[in-house]
Amino acid sequence: MSESNTHTTTSTDEFIKGLWRENPVFVQVLGMCPVLAVSNTAENALAMGLATAFVLLMSNILVSILRSFIPKEVRIASYILIIATFVTITDYTIQAISVDLHKSLGAFISLIVVNCLILSRAEAFASKNNLGKSIMDALGMGVGFLFALFCLGAVREILGNGTFFGLQLFPDGFQAWIVMILPAGGFFTLAAWLLIFNLVQQRKEAS
Amino acid sequence: MSEPASIPMTSNTKMLSAMVGIGIFCGLLIVLTYEGTLPRVERLRAEALERAIFKVLPGINETKTFSFSDGQFIQTDQSEGTVIYAGYDEAGDFKGIAIEASGQGYADIIKILYGYDPINQIVIGFYVLESKETPGLGDKIEKDENFLANFTALDVTLDDTKSNLINSVIPVKSGTKENAWEVDGITGATISSRAIAEIIDKSAKQWLPIINQNIAQFNE
Amino acid sequence: MTEKALYISTSPHLVKNISTNKIMFHVVLAMLPLVIFAVYSFGLNAAFVIGMAVISCVLTEHVLCRISRKSTTIGDWSAVITGILLGLVLPPIFPLWMTFVGGVFAIGMGKFLFGGLGYNVFNPALVGRAVLQAAFPVAITTWYSAFQDDRFSTINSSVLAFPFMEPLVDGTSGATPLSAFKFDGVTADTAELALGLISGSAGETSAILILVGGVYLVIRKFMNWQIPVSILATVFVLSGLLYWMDPVKYPSPVFMLFSGGLMLGAVFMATDMVASPITSLGVWLYGFIIGLLVVVIRIWGGLPEGVMYAILLGNAISPHIDRLIRYRVYGTKTQAA
Repeated sequence: MSESNTHTTTSTDEFIKGLWRENPVFVQVLGMCPVLAVSNTAENALAMGLATAFVLLMSNILVSILRSFIPKEVRIASYILIIATFVTITDYTIQAISVDLHKSLGAFISLIVVNCLILSRAEAFASKNNLGKSIMDALGMGVGFLFALFCLGAVREILGNGTFFGLQLFPDGFQAWIVMILPAGGFFTLAAWLLIFNLVQQRKEAS
Repeated sequence: MSEPASIPMTSNTKMLSAMVGIGIFCGLLIVLTYEGTLPRVERLRAEALERAIFKVLPGINETKTFSFSDGQFIQTDQSEGTVIYAGYDEAGDFKGIAIEASGQGYADIIKILYGYDPINQIVIGFYVLESKETPGLGDKIEKDENFLANFTALDVTLDDTKSNLINSVIPVKSGTKENAWEVDGITGATISSRAIAEIIDKSAKQWLPIINQNIAQFNE
Repeated sequence: MTEKALYISTSPHLVKNISTNKIMFHVVLAMLPLVIFAVYSFGLNAAFVIGMAVISCVLTEHVLCRISRKSTTIGDWSAVITGILLGLVLPPIFPLWMTFVGGVFAIGMGKFLFGGLGYNVFNPALVGRAVLQAAFPVAITTWYSAFQDDRFSTINSSVLAFPFMEPLVDGTSGATPLSAFKFDGVTADTAELALGLISGSAGETSAILILVGGVYLVIRKFMNWQIPVSILATVFVLSGLLYWMDPVKYPSPVFMLFSGGLMLGAVFMATDMVASPITSLGVWLYGFIIGLLVVVIRIWGGLPEGVMYAILLGNAISPHIDRLIRYRVYGTKTQAA
């Protein structure tokens, strides 16, 4: 938080809100495509969450810096250009880190471009706020997205595969719930988490 | 069609310069990353392929890539187009050939690599390069030990004219394998295991005759 | 538990002087011969699976009612019916812990999330089975031959598999007639099919007993006879057409009619009062669509049996069927929003 100046409290607020109150997955229900598709293992979920958070952070930074320079008529096109650039960079970086990881994330890395979460943060926040706040916003949203994706991935991997980060959790002969690694399992798990999240939220508001 | 600036809006030049500016900047970033990661990406890819070749041709220690054109196998450095990989042991003796093949599985195209031993006329190894088969069912083709055991000595002997397999590679129901050219299926992954047998059969019928007719070219 | 004073439901609002409990009780009665036959032919295994399915459904219903602070609704027998149906469509040696999971999903997801009895979009038992089919595809396609000698004295080890553990199948497993046809091109003897002397899900095997139960309910006017008739007629005619075109490639219509879960599905599942259309024409259309889907899935699909998915899809479109063909009330515009 070196760049924070007079708005320390507000910046922290911007960070916290993405984690819980405005969690991109559990509250805003944004970016469902990667959430459902790449959350079949904890590792995939973590990698996807990190990649998205990175793109979100970089695009928010750039959009915030350039916010007075970009004419409003072409702002969406410019945002897409910026986002696409960082997605491509992420794509190459992941390939350079591990071919296997790149293979299991597949087309969903390129599809970060169309993750409405990123565009919505650029349009709704970064283009209207200073650099410090935009960074905190991106970090909060990114971590919130990562957290949600990880919640899904952990449940799906444990039930669907009997493992956690590839580590075997159960003795041999564990019956995997195959549906959990299939797309349908993504919907089930997301629904269950939304249910829990909303219940907790309701109880909190009631008390 | 031109609409003059009756509505107050940013001038075209400014929009253009903004877009071009961002475009150039982004392009630069992408090119830099691409150049920066390319060597490592290529090395990783080559390593992955190498690992697969070593897996399907047990006992080898060096591989060479050959491409086929004009009825000849020519050694090449590229791994694009239709190429096969010859494997050699420590003494430099030619041991076998790894061939890439693909075909329709249950979910999508399955890409496999299999090892061919021309001396004993058998398939000696098998590895799935790419598959989107259903996790838990179809992806047993990568893990099921009984199934993989099919490909330690799968008979693909050619007839005397060296142009046809004596026996086609055929899939059979799990547990009913009787002959060396049959592929024992997997219960719960019938379609995927059948697909593998058919892919190997098709590819073997295409490649084995030309490999055997030009076998001397690998020994150089 | 006290009886509800008021039942809120979708139209039609003309009510007979008969309570839900009573209808449901008669449905249970109609299914009783099936349960007895299932236990007779598959022995203790089937008894345990069906019993577990019922316990799990009733328990889930009770617990969910408690959690949502409503008075419990297990007294209306509907959870029992769901449990029995679920038990009947599972293989007789299905592990008990999986059966329990199925019951929880059937009631929780198939019924309770939609608001309980009267609001379910799908037949709850089939929802439970669909989840099990997707989660444990191997266990649910592990069949068991009927009339094993030791069926009343031993329990298959697969039934008693430890929770979350893979069932180990021992003893004889037999392919169902439908999968035998699909993968090996063998059709079974029709008389055997009708009497239920074959392997299959616990309660799917005896077509005659299913029909007897169905006829009883129709006579008692607790069931809409048009639904099973239209489904069975559609399957018969369509597969008859195919058989007529190429008797070698396609199975005979009689085989289609008596094999798999078609009878049970058509008589006891597609007729779910809540999840089927209410207009007369709608019912025929509903039956036709289910029958068509059954034939398409069985003959061209990747699965040997498609009755479950056919009925679930039929359930899903039944409100739309009703909306499409509802009578225009005089003086109103059609489809006025």
